[in-house]
Amino acid sequence: MKFAIVVNEGPYTHQASDTAYQFTKAALEAGHEIERVFFYHDGVNNATRLTVPPQDERNVQRNWSELGKAHGLDMVVCIAAAQRRGILDENEAKRQGKDADNIAEGFRISGLGQLIDAGIQADRLVTFGD
Amino acid sequence: MSDEARKFLYVNRKAPHGSIYALESLEVVLIGAAFEQDVSLAFLDDGVFQIVKGQDTKGIATKNFSNTYRALGDYDVRKLYVEQESLDERGLTVDDLMELTHDTDDEDDLTSIIVVNRSEMAKIMSEQDVILSF
Amino acid sequence: MSTLHTVNKSPFDGTSLTSCLAHCLPGDAVILIEDGVVAARKGTAAATAIEASLAQCKVYVLGPDAAARGMNGETLATGVETVDYGGFVELAATHDRTQSWL
Repeated sequence: MKFAIVVNEGPYTHQASDTAYQFTKAALEAGHEIERVFFYHDGVNNATRLTVPPQDERNVQRNWSELGKAHGLDMVVCIAAAQRRGILDENEAKRQGKDADNIAEGFRISGLGQLIDAGIQADRLVTFGD
Repeated sequence: MSDEARKFLYVNRKAPHGSIYALESLEVVLIGAAFEQDVSLAFLDDGVFQIVKGQDTKGIATKNFSNTYRALGDYDVRKLYVEQESLDERGLTVDDLMELTHDTDDEDDLTSIIVVNRSEMAKIMSEQDVILSF
Repeated sequence: MSTLHTVNKSPFDGTSLTSCLAHCLPGDAVILIEDGVVAARKGTAAATAIEASLAQCKVYVLGPDAAARGMNGETLATGVETVDYGGFVELAATHDRTQSWL
């Protein structure tokens, strides 16, 4: 079965991203497909590579990046939400005249249409938020 | 999945302005309209405050996006389900809500607001393919 | 056709659980996750509502979230089943849609 996952909160403040990660991992382990993981609202903050959590704590961004790499996940960050919150890839940074980008490996920035498309393509859509 | 339009329901349960969920939910609805799916919106619990008339955000210096709900009809988003019990609990009636309308080939300014009771709302939710909650 | 409802808020913080249970139809299932699990603690005001709704829908609690909040089989309201993340996935797969009561 194909799942689409929506993550609406950032790392650490709320548990939503952790739960979404555990759910996605369990779905893959059970042999399901993940059509897309879509990061919206403050969920876009999961995609910055500049976080430095204490060593004895989980690294939410790295967990996603590694899971994405291991399973070839399509992890999409909403561009409108990302621009509001300062999540940029190289192209966007250039386009907006910013001096740096911060998107982590495995994430890509794209439009809200990717969320609707995920809802159309997947058999089930599960939202994690607050 | 078949090529038939899927039934999308956007569930709005949060008041506007105190958080960004209402505004960003509306942005999804507007983008999603281009996909020509069977779209409905549900307003229940504090979500009914999103479409209350007379919202003025000048004093809090944020964008007053409430007028954008009026554009939904132009995007062919024509089914806005509002839960009666949620209105009642908040001392609201349908007269406190904005007039949100759409045009058809035959008629202009048809109301898009459909007031339903809680069990009707539950049934509407149970008929969807995809439920997006914000 | 049935729905899996997720509730991630404590019943003492807002209307998510009340509203969810009021929109549950026969054959639906509810899974309590994150702070939502505290509703399933035996003897809370919310546990009464949960036990009452068991007549028409099944109620699950996400075990890792319950354990993190000091709950175990003994402190769980009667009739509530515990699942792990794999069980959560299974519930999402076996119901036609998922609705999150955020």
